[in-house]
Amino acid sequence: MYEFEIERPSSVADAVKALGQEDAQPLSGGQTLIPTLKARLAMPSVLVSLTGIKELQGVEMRDGALWIGGGTTHATVMHDAAESYPALAKLAARIGDPAVRNRGTIGGSLANNDPSACYPAAALASGATIETDRREIAADDYFQGMFTTALEEGEIVTGVRFPIPQAAHYEKFIQPASRFPLVAAYVAQFSDGVRVAITGASNEGVFRWTEAEAALSERFDADALDGLTLDGGNMIGDLHGSGAYRAHLCGVMTRRAVQAIA
Amino acid sequence: MPKDFEPSSGIGASSKRREDIRFLTGSGRYTDDINLRRQTHVFFLRSDVAHGRLSGVDTSAAADMPGVLKIFTGADFAEIGGMPCGWQITDKHGQPMQEPKHPVLAHEKVRHVGEPIAAVVAETLAQARDAAEAIVVDIDELPAVVNMKEAVKDDAPKVHDDLTSNLCYDWGFVEENKEAVNKAFDDAAHVTTLELVNNRLVANPMEPRVAIGEYDRSAGDYTLYTTSQNPHVIRLLMGAFVLGIPEHKLRVVAPDVGGGFGTKIFHYQEEAFCTFAAKAVGRPVKWTSSRSEAFMSDAHGRDHVTKIELALDAKNNFTALRTDTYANMGAYLSTFAPSVPTWLHGTLMAGNYKTPLIYVNVKAVFTNTVPVDAYRGAGRPEATYQLERLIDKAAHELKVDPIKLRRQNFVTEFPYATPVAVEYDTGDYNATMDKLEEIADHAGFEARRRESEAKGKLRGFGVNCYIEACGIAPSNLVGQLGARAGLYESATVRVNATGGLVVMTGSHSHGQGHETSFAQVVADMIGIDENMVEIVHGDTARTPMGMGTYGSRSLAVGGSAMVRATEKIIAKAKKIASHLLEASEGDIELKDGAFSVAGTDKSVAWGDVTLAAYVPHNYPLEEIEPGLEETAFYDPSNFTYPAGAYACEVELDPETGHVTVERFTAADDFGNVVNPMIVTGQVHGGLAQGIGQALLENCVYDEDGQLLSASYMDYAMPRASDLPFYDVDHSCQTPCTHNPLGVKGCGEAGAIGSPPAVVNAVLDAMRSGGKDIGHIDMPVSPARVWEAMHG
Repeated sequence: MYEFEIERPSSVADAVKALGQEDAQPLSGGQTLIPTLKARLAMPSVLVSLTGIKELQGVEMRDGALWIGGGTTHATVMHDAAESYPALAKLAARIGDPAVRNRGTIGGSLANNDPSACYPAAALASGATIETDRREIAADDYFQGMFTTALEEGEIVTGVRFPIPQAAHYEKFIQPASRFPLVAAYVAQFSDGVRVAITGASNEGVFRWTEAEAALSERFDADALDGLTLDGGNMIGDLHGSGAYRAHLCGVMTRRAVQAIA
Repeated sequence: MPKDFEPSSGIGASSKRREDIRFLTGSGRYTDDINLRRQTHVFFLRSDVAHGRLSGVDTSAAADMPGVLKIFTGADFAEIGGMPCGWQITDKHGQPMQEPKHPVLAHEKVRHVGEPIAAVVAETLAQARDAAEAIVVDIDELPAVVNMKEAVKDDAPKVHDDLTSNLCYDWGFVEENKEAVNKAFDDAAHVTTLELVNNRLVANPMEPRVAIGEYDRSAGDYTLYTTSQNPHVIRLLMGAFVLGIPEHKLRVVAPDVGGGFGTKIFHYQEEAFCTFAAKAVGRPVKWTSSRSEAFMSDAHGRDHVTKIELALDAKNNFTALRTDTYANMGAYLSTFAPSVPTWLHGTLMAGNYKTPLIYVNVKAVFTNTVPVDAYRGAGRPEATYQLERLIDKAAHELKVDPIKLRRQNFVTEFPYATPVAVEYDTGDYNATMDKLEEIADHAGFEARRRESEAKGKLRGFGVNCYIEACGIAPSNLVGQLGARAGLYESATVRVNATGGLVVMTGSHSHGQGHETSFAQVVADMIGIDENMVEIVHGDTARTPMGMGTYGSRSLAVGGSAMVRATEKIIAKAKKIASHLLEASEGDIELKDGAFSVAGTDKSVAWGDVTLAAYVPHNYPLEEIEPGLEETAFYDPSNFTYPAGAYACEVELDPETGHVTVERFTAADDFGNVVNPMIVTGQVHGGLAQGIGQALLENCVYDEDGQLLSASYMDYAMPRASDLPFYDVDHSCQTPCTHNPLGVKGCGEAGAIGSPPAVVNAVLDAMRSGGKDIGHIDMPVSPARVWEAMHG
């Protein structure tokens, strides 16, 4: 690591102010940022820790949706969302290992938008709303490509509002080394249609598989996916699998998610 | 033969590992736990290109950075010896291998990503690292050679300009048999051919390497604290060949070491650097490897590309075997690298079978990659994998049962001289196969397959045998084969006045549990409580010159030295007892910690005899010296030959290609067993590494020599959830005939014996799904399986 200052504000307002300093960077659970700093791949002058801000914490029902504070850890979601949104709680329960789950936060995951992260799939498939210190952003507008989001410089994810589907399931196929998704599908069934989000597969990051959504909205059955394929051309190809393999897995994971619900 | 019941102490008891109390409570003392007064820290600036000419290393700006004490470059080591290689291979033309210079810090050229170019010694690690970023390195990049078959072409870029090519050696074994082998192939009723890759691995011990050099200016003494499996070997190699320090001025300490797996056998540049720099800087110099550095500086393992052929007669008897292997050496020769694909590999090609004619060809090749050397099993897993995959392929081509084909060709009479220069002293391969079929419930497999198929999964059963040569090794033999070291082992047994013992062994424990099992042996010989015996290892100032721990040698060789020293102790103690009991020495018997006169009730306790040795008031001083301390060096007359049969049952998801190991069964013959629990644990660990190689682990370079699997994000280590509960048995015991304990060694078996069973099982599963592809390379990743199923 290079040397940096650290600030620990106790309110979002103070955090935003601190982030106005030159080369300041927010620090939430640090599951990506700390290894990046240790590898000397980032050189912030000030780290603004968000973990001491009470208003970023919590899992609760608000106006029929599940609100999760941006600074809430995966472990907390795993426990506190188990009754209100079990599919999301199960997703949280399978992120990383206990150490990761006890440090990593939902806001950090969404702000980073790793193309292989789990939470973006849940947010996109659930049609969640991302709340920040200055506005609300629909998930459909929020994810803008690999490690890219609609967030502005210094903007903090304060919370996420998840509409609760009638049923949902997250089916993950892990990359054997990192245990991130190689491909994972989140299927959410609402009264007005089905949403399907895929993570791990695309060079563009998380995306909605609209053909699958249309077919499943028509008839919610794994067989409805027959004949639907994705193009491997723009899929990630690496040591762990080609684009064609990932495209194939998108179908398998989506099908299995539907079977788990049906 | 196995004992009918397990004793509660001594040889054969599952005594709990006494060292685990400190390991499990965080009170172990590892090298990184050592911090010396006025200690400094070194950071190594490492090459980020695989191959290039070093045209300049400008340290002037860095030297002025805060906290910097001294910066070293290759030029500082130009007058000092390079890293030595401990084994010279003679090629098939009778010529010595090509042996390149191996500098402590890169000089004139860099040859792999991770090679140290400069070393910054500073007050803190952060300061050293800051300064390293200010060093300006000019490298004229050269094309890298990564692929071995490309590397040996005439127009390939040369890794070492002063060598004639990238070929280290072209080894033929046994060269005199080559024509006879070829003729047997001409006459064969059936020939099975297989081309395969033994994937490159990174050892990944939990504890990364650490070195601390210290220099005492007043005495002129050096001390190196290091994460080593063999501190005396490091003292000899570094002292004599690199830094020119005589042994009496150099102490090497390897305290608790958190896993070695072979990669901590070798002498590394960082050790030599810290020792050298401690004097140059005038203060202790410490280096702790980061995990990222470990990936690109610890010697890697395996990395063979092989074509192997088996000739059979019309009755399916094996008549000849020939192999053609390319073995990657990496950019430099690591300490024992040349021996691995030759003497530790070629001599095992007979396996458990009486194939009369064998010819092994190995081309060792330099590439722009991290040096490759011994990793758990070292050469023997490569031999086992080829042979046992080939036999399985032959069985399917001939439509015979793979177990039956193996049994038909087993060696059944011992001693058995193989056509590849070794003599198996004892074994019973049908016994381990019988045991395997029983505990693997082979008969119940079809029912389990149907259960899997009902879930939409394919199920496969794979089996293999293995044999290894352990207890390395007879010194006179390995000397003829090119070893530049002896391979005996040593022990000093010091009996204290009140009867407790300290055993100072040349073996080194880095997870094996020697402190427990070695104590069991000595306590059993005397008939005293195990807790009266303390095992000391890992410090050249405290232990006699020993060769360390690798090659499953510690009990077979180090334990034998300990037995010999204890026998000397007992012989002398009997003399003392005979004096105290006023009886003739020949009538003295030692049992349960007491000396008695045969046929009488006269006896004297162990503690009375040991006290007399140190308080010799009533003592035969005219006949024997006071004191009770003996040393023995044991040099084995042969290798030991552990062997066994393994079975793997996998479930394969045809939609994703994901393979899970549902059952794994190991039936081993380790000869006599001192601590069954520790042996079981050793097999468990070996299996984890073997299954890891088969399914998960893969060290991959791109064509420019960049390491793609350089962290745990891309290098897949096996985890508990990847592994089943194993069924491990070692009740088949044919004791070794030539060491006093009748033991064979168990540390590497699991890693040697498991990969072929896994791959054989995967191929069996695929065949049951209608896809007979003949072979699939490791690691059998989901993507590879899926591509094979749908290709």
